[in-house]
Amino acid sequence: MNQENLVPLRYPLSAKGALEPPAEWAELRERCPVARVRLPSGDEASLLTRYDDVKMVLSDPRCTRRLDAEDAARISESESGGVFNAPMATALYSAGQQRWRMMLTKWFTAKRVNALKPGIVAMTDRLVDEMIESGHPADIKARVGFPLPVWVICDLLGVPDTDRDRFARWSDMMLNLTRYGQTEIDAAEAEFGAYLTAHLDMKRADPGEDLLSSLLTATDADGAGLTDIQLVATGQALLVAGHETTANMIGKMLAMLLSERRRWERLVADPSLVRTAVEEALRFDANPGFGMPRYVEQNIEVAETLLPRGTTVVCSMAAANRDENTFAGADEMTLDRSPNPHLAFGSGPHSCLGQSLARTELQTVLEVLLRRLPTLELAVPAEELRRVEGLVVGGLRELPVRW
Amino acid sequence: MKVTVDEDKCCGAGQCVLLAPEVFDQRDDDGIVVLLDAEPREPLQASVREAADVCPAAAIRLSTP
Repeated sequence: MNQENLVPLRYPLSAKGALEPPAEWAELRERCPVARVRLPSGDEASLLTRYDDVKMVLSDPRCTRRLDAEDAARISESESGGVFNAPMATALYSAGQQRWRMMLTKWFTAKRVNALKPGIVAMTDRLVDEMIESGHPADIKARVGFPLPVWVICDLLGVPDTDRDRFARWSDMMLNLTRYGQTEIDAAEAEFGAYLTAHLDMKRADPGEDLLSSLLTATDADGAGLTDIQLVATGQALLVAGHETTANMIGKMLAMLLSERRRWERLVADPSLVRTAVEEALRFDANPGFGMPRYVEQNIEVAETLLPRGTTVVCSMAAANRDENTFAGADEMTLDRSPNPHLAFGSGPHSCLGQSLARTELQTVLEVLLRRLPTLELAVPAEELRRVEGLVVGGLRELPVRW
Repeated sequence: MKVTVDEDKCCGAGQCVLLAPEVFDQRDDDGIVVLLDAEPREPLQASVREAADVCPAAAIRLSTP
């Protein structure tokens, strides 16, 4: 039955509501677990939607991120192919992915992130204060969801508070494959690169307690450090990976909880559910963006289908997260679901480096809002919520609330 | 319950430490898992089981001694 769809589906798939999954997911998981899709570039790829298949491919060393290979499918129409094969990705690839990751991992351990928590709580309280002061209805995505992760990353990189807004704008431009033109994206990348280069010079002269200061002198087990280009790429990668993903997830999580208000009320009554509720929001998110592309380096078999060398596969973690064979009642949001082995952060050796930080930011936003604004509710019907344009990260354009 | 960890598989996500800090820790220099208690007692076993289930690298193995 596989790859049976003779005419490739247009990818990304579309969905009716901003919080609803595409109608095709269930059908594809059931009948066509390896589906032909046509990407925005016009190139073809194979889409995976079952939990076991997605999980296997994400951790299989034969499926790599070498999406700049000659015969790999291009994702978007823009010349550079966007964030998945930007010069940043190439610079980091040359640093040796695993080596680079190991130098960074220590900044994102559970202990480190726990130590950041009081600061994150204080930032969230401040953003909520400012939102309350301006009165309702308010767009909580713009007031809280969007700024918080940038503030956290700026802190981590030792960037002064006054430059946070510029960081937010650069991040927004670099991650959008469709909203901005190639010239604008290139300009944002150049400006951001120049800023980071100057910032690194400053840190070299006057090191702080931040991540970049430490990386300037850090070496791996073989005594090798990172080049300046790799250091700039690191700053860029952390912003791109940590900002818009978390910002949008904050908005979507709140929308999922408020669109059926009994969910919110259950958390108000029992805030000890925050941890599992955040995991369930990550699993239940039907609008996470593109998914994870992989390049097949050696023939592999997935769902009894041969994927020949040179195939580009797209792993839909969100479709996998709705797989009934793994999650009982997959189409229900169950706030105390446990265990919840969702794939929102990927799986295997390349799974999200910053997942503890993302979890802590999401948990903090929820804890602070439950404490400060238990009467929070949507200010528009859920049907009026709209998805953001752009391709890589899915989210809501705005989330109007009152309290 | 007997716990073993595979340092080579570990990707340093830190989920296990968040779930069961009495049983798991991470090395300060590279975030790789450190097993603090290879035979955790009953009140800890539920969170250890959850940590094993959600480990993104499948680096935690549980067995009965």
